[in-house]
Amino acid sequence: MATFGKNVEATIPALRRYARALTRDSDIADDLVQDTLVRALRSEHLFHGGDIRSWLYTILTNLNRNRLRSLARRPALSPLEDNDAPDLAGPEAGGRDIERALATLVEDQRHALLLVVLEGLTYREVAEVQGVPIGTVMSRLARARVQIKSYLDGERPALRRVK
Amino acid sequence: MIDRDSPVTEDELHAYVDGEVPADRLEAVTAWLAAHPEQAALVAVWRAQGEAIRARYGAVANEPVPDRLKLDQLTRQQRSTGRSWAALAAAAVFALIVGGGAGWMARGASAAAPTGFDAFTSDALDAHKLYVVEVRHPVEVPGDERAHMTQWLSKRLGVDLRIPDLQSIGLKLVGGRLLPGPTGAAAFYMYEGPSGERFTIYCSKAGVPESALHFKEGERFAAFYWVDDKVAFAVSGPADRERLEQVTKSVYEQVDRSGGRKS
Repeated sequence: MATFGKNVEATIPALRRYARALTRDSDIADDLVQDTLVRALRSEHLFHGGDIRSWLYTILTNLNRNRLRSLARRPALSPLEDNDAPDLAGPEAGGRDIERALATLVEDQRHALLLVVLEGLTYREVAEVQGVPIGTVMSRLARARVQIKSYLDGERPALRRVK
Repeated sequence: MIDRDSPVTEDELHAYVDGEVPADRLEAVTAWLAAHPEQAALVAVWRAQGEAIRARYGAVANEPVPDRLKLDQLTRQQRSTGRSWAALAAAAVFALIVGGGAGWMARGASAAAPTGFDAFTSDALDAHKLYVVEVRHPVEVPGDERAHMTQWLSKRLGVDLRIPDLQSIGLKLVGGRLLPGPTGAAAFYMYEGPSGERFTIYCSKAGVPESALHFKEGERFAAFYWVDDKVAFAVSGPADRERLEQVTKSVYEQVDRSGGRKS
């Protein structure tokens, strides 16, 4: 228990960072981390060695997917307004831009990109967390990067374009 | 955007940004990028995306962790919001003891008891049957040495035990003893009612963190058993389910609420 607890504890700051970037809301993010920790403590007996960090990312990723699924049944899907455009100036403009760009990603792409770029997981680890082959992780990553670039370049995301 | 015949694939460019290019390809990729400014610009854009993401969220990991996410708090909360007796009893699994002794046999779905559980319950019932008939030496340590017994058995089991007080339901602690269990030492306590009926509690460390409540009944004896917070308990007594349930409830609430068992 002692080692298990210590390893879990050491991962909490990183889990909060990942959750914050996923949800873009500090309360929702910490709720997600709390649920992750409760689940991890409850299923300590299911953890048979391996990398605790990856295991915790897996739990959090799955919980976030479930959360979004239940949100999807409600209206008000996206915090984005139809006519918002990337901010052009201001001290936090860059931060807000990337935040909005991330918000336009498909969930699996956002998970993959943040796990690699923010959390520093290897492609192999992300494949395990997402339960998909490495090739799928790489194509999610590639699509995420294309989407973010086109958003930041000022293009409307294809799905949101009105013609 | 990259030619089919190109020596470097787009996947490799992403791998390059993420530090996943194998060492023996690194030189080829950097040389190729030097010769293809358009692709190099794309790599720079992807890098900048990563930097923007890290700049926006990286500092979250340096924030102090709020109390509600501290592990000792979560563990404590989990324990105090532990399963209530009512919920546990409502979900109890019932089975018949077939053929008395070691042959606990579950019926239907209840056969899916955790591994090692059958050994535990049959040991518990064997101990019960062996010692409740004993007149002169039913226990090793008499009930008036409760404090000593608690300390001694806790030490031998490696678990902080609490010996329930069942006076309020008319049962006096006769005493206890140390017994061999399926996974090491087991603690065994005996209680006696006004008309000489005896109940026993048998407990030891368990291989699973918790389980449902199980009830098994034979011709003469019955037992409730469960695992909570990695300690397995069996409460055995005469085959009178109502009375045994009352005893078990009292035991469960005391070992659960005491908070005395730290794992």
